[in-house]
Amino acid sequence: MSKDILVGDHFLSGDVAAAEGAIAAGCRFFAGYPITPSSEVAERMARRLPEVGGIFIQMEDELASMAAILGASWGGRKAMTATSGPGFSLMMENYGLGIMTETPVVIVNVQRAGPSTGLPTLLGQGDVMQARWGTHGSYQAIALSPESPQECFDMTIKAFNLAERFRQPVILLMDESVGHLFERVTIPPKEEIEIVNRKILKDKNRKIYEPDEDLVPPMPPIGEGFGIHVTGLTHDERGYPSINAETQERMIGRINDKIRKYADEIVDYEEFMVDDAEVIVVAYGITARSARRAVIMARENGIKAGLFRLKVIWPFPSKRLEELSDREFVVAEVNNGQALVEVERAIKKRAVFVGKMGGEPHKPQEILKGIEEAVK
Amino acid sequence: MARLELQIGGFGGQGVILAGLVIARALSLYDKKEAVFTQAYGPEARGGASSSGVVIDDERVDYPYPLNPDILVIMSQEAYSTYFPRLKEGGTLIIEKNLVKMDKVPEKVGEFHSIPATKIAEELGNRIVANIIMVGFITKTTGIVSKESAKRAVLEMVPAKVRDLNEKAFETGYSYEEG
Repeated sequence: MSKDILVGDHFLSGDVAAAEGAIAAGCRFFAGYPITPSSEVAERMARRLPEVGGIFIQMEDELASMAAILGASWGGRKAMTATSGPGFSLMMENYGLGIMTETPVVIVNVQRAGPSTGLPTLLGQGDVMQARWGTHGSYQAIALSPESPQECFDMTIKAFNLAERFRQPVILLMDESVGHLFERVTIPPKEEIEIVNRKILKDKNRKIYEPDEDLVPPMPPIGEGFGIHVTGLTHDERGYPSINAETQERMIGRINDKIRKYADEIVDYEEFMVDDAEVIVVAYGITARSARRAVIMARENGIKAGLFRLKVIWPFPSKRLEELSDREFVVAEVNNGQALVEVERAIKKRAVFVGKMGGEPHKPQEILKGIEEAVK
Repeated sequence: MARLELQIGGFGGQGVILAGLVIARALSLYDKKEAVFTQAYGPEARGGASSSGVVIDDERVDYPYPLNPDILVIMSQEAYSTYFPRLKEGGTLIIEKNLVKMDKVPEKVGEFHSIPATKIAEELGNRIVANIIMVGFITKTTGIVSKESAKRAVLEMVPAKVRDLNEKAFETGYSYEEG
């Protein structure tokens, strides 16, 4: 059996499943700095990458980790890093460099409670807005949120596919609970796994940042005679700095539009008992699992409740939520109201908010109370 | 079978995490049940409170943590104080006989079992296998997991050089007669 895809049923933690997803997606470079609760991702990659001809580097910090994976991606490898809150903060500058240089990479953030060092090894979901706006400037973000080890595997592959498709860093926004819980993970045979690879530039006369019709420029291979200049400065189609309003408008407009115009391709959610629901709970990650139980409990008590689970957090499924806006809404998350802002913006009214500052997931009962309040 | 919760509590170093993981793995991979394993522990490597949870259901488990365990396995006095109040009314309580002291079995306990797992482990040659003795005992007394699956998971998850000792520990726990 080939070592890159461990076909079959396994009993894995979310962290380990994410590492396996990366390897199945073709990731062959990992640079990171261990930080709980994400360390198991690095640990698994350190053991697995040498088996499949990949490279694992433990870097001196998260700034360097992020820089290393950008470099590896330009070198032609699929590359990933994994971290948690404090490390994610340190990665923000080079995350922006990845957006500006249109570099496909995957950043796994296994969220713990912050701010700052916060609660190592205890749950938080407070990095939702940081995933969207953490680095400066105008850009679009792509962030996925798994609720189980199986989804950690599947969504890491999807994160790589989106990164390659859009030439953009993609964030796998996990949380401590999902990262540390163990569940069955079914790894399908290679031929059943959809893999997207970046477009490669072939024409040596073409400018390296000249986009195709989908607004994404093919990526020039390094060492094959292309004149390649990679800079965080605003650059023209040749890749050279062009410090003026026209280039800024054109180039930054394009790196936003390449995602904004295709957002419907990326948006992904699950609706559970939503059809006849009078009240809908919006949740993601571990909180969605508490909410699912709460919805079942509410139904047993005669309240028509449903769950709207964000599988992709960014871009946000505002259109669908707007369609559902005649219902009552509850938002549950382990922070002080981040997805809440987007939900209320979409439904154009207030939602009942069930927040927690972190350290433990919601008990289903806590979300049930929110559901009862919403239908009062 | 509807949702069923098992919680194992003790102190760090007793192997309560591995005990839970073995049972959950056996249920998930070999008994083909829907099972989730979770753990809770302090920052200490040894001595702090430690617990593991296994939740089983017919369909995919939603909330993955034990809320009111149907089966509670306790391997230290501190864990008894922490977790006993959460035991479901009429639930099963299993204790490490020499590490948990109680005057009498509390009323809300429906089924009670006890085993001096640490002492038996010492007699087998290493107290470190007390957790696997407990896994054998849980397998026998609760019937939540098949013997073949549990044993297979034990043998897969322990280092090769102590496989025989762990197999003996599992069998000893499984065949222990409560006096």
